[in-house]
Amino acid sequence: MIPSKQTLEEIMNLAATHFKIPREKLTPDDDFFKTLGIDSLQALDLLTRLENHFRIELPDYELQGVSDFRTLAERIQARL
Amino acid sequence: MESFRGQALSWVLKDGVVELALHRAPCNEIGSLTLQELEKFVAALETSKDHAHALIVYSEMKAGFCAGADLRELYLRSQELERKEAARGVRDYLQRIHRVLNTIDALPLTTIAAVHGVTFGGGFELALVCDLIVADKMARFCFPELRLGLIPGFGGIPRLKRDLGNAVVRDLLLTGRSFNATKAQQVGLVSQVVAEGAALKVARATAAQLGKFDRRTAVAAKEFIKPIPYEELRREIDIFCELFAQPAVAAGLRKFVESEDAQPYLP
Repeated sequence: MIPSKQTLEEIMNLAATHFKIPREKLTPDDDFFKTLGIDSLQALDLLTRLENHFRIELPDYELQGVSDFRTLAERIQARL
Repeated sequence: MESFRGQALSWVLKDGVVELALHRAPCNEIGSLTLQELEKFVAALETSKDHAHALIVYSEMKAGFCAGADLRELYLRSQELERKEAARGVRDYLQRIHRVLNTIDALPLTTIAAVHGVTFGGGFELALVCDLIVADKMARFCFPELRLGLIPGFGGIPRLKRDLGNAVVRDLLLTGRSFNATKAQQVGLVSQVVAEGAALKVARATAAQLGKFDRRTAVAAKEFIKPIPYEELRREIDIFCELFAQPAVAAGLRKFVESEDAQPYLP
């Protein structure tokens, strides 16, 4: 499923705001662990924020192997 | 009750409310130090519980309430010992933690877990022994033991069964996935979901409210509606110990311990 531009944008905006990274430094194909400088506990924190923002439930096993914003957006889009 | 500040936790009694604060970096992992201090805590409570009507358990650590058992310590200790000795050590550890958690579960006080962030494994089990869970909207609940080839060993399964529908229990245990606070409230696990950072404040307000009621009535009601599933708790220890003896568990623990966090808290 191709994520909407809006979904992708909202994810990157949320990540940039919460982890205090300039938005322009994030691109859809970035490895968000490296770009945001986060570990798995912080990734869970991001997951919770995304679930709250989009009002969805996203099982964390769906994040297996997901490390870029575009793929993350696909997973979220499938729940909207 | 005298106040206490330990390395892993602290407690204070004020206005009839005991507050137990967890503060062992990084996320209150429960190892031998925390267990020793918890044992000290329940002993101190024994002489003071008549002066209190509520207990609040909360965390001072940013990452969350509690990430569960100290897997690093568990792995390293099991590697140092002969297999039989390691097995005895694990059983002894579980029996001690069960004694502590069973005591808190049965306290003649209303107990409130004020949780935020990661509330995983043994941390989830610590929250489950409390009468009420107040969760901030960033709390996340999980039993990740399945990922290591284990089941929860601190009493989580019997207590989940006591509190939730079986379908939800199966979802948590068989998928090993985490739930956020909203979902946890929807399934009946969490009493109140509050703003980020507000769980302790709301727990304190709830505890103050509880102080208005006759304590004997609250104690009688709690004894009636909250049975302790002792037989199932003992059975859980047996199953955990059987599973712990499997080679896959040592391999899973080693992978976790040796990781440089290439997603160890993610499935």
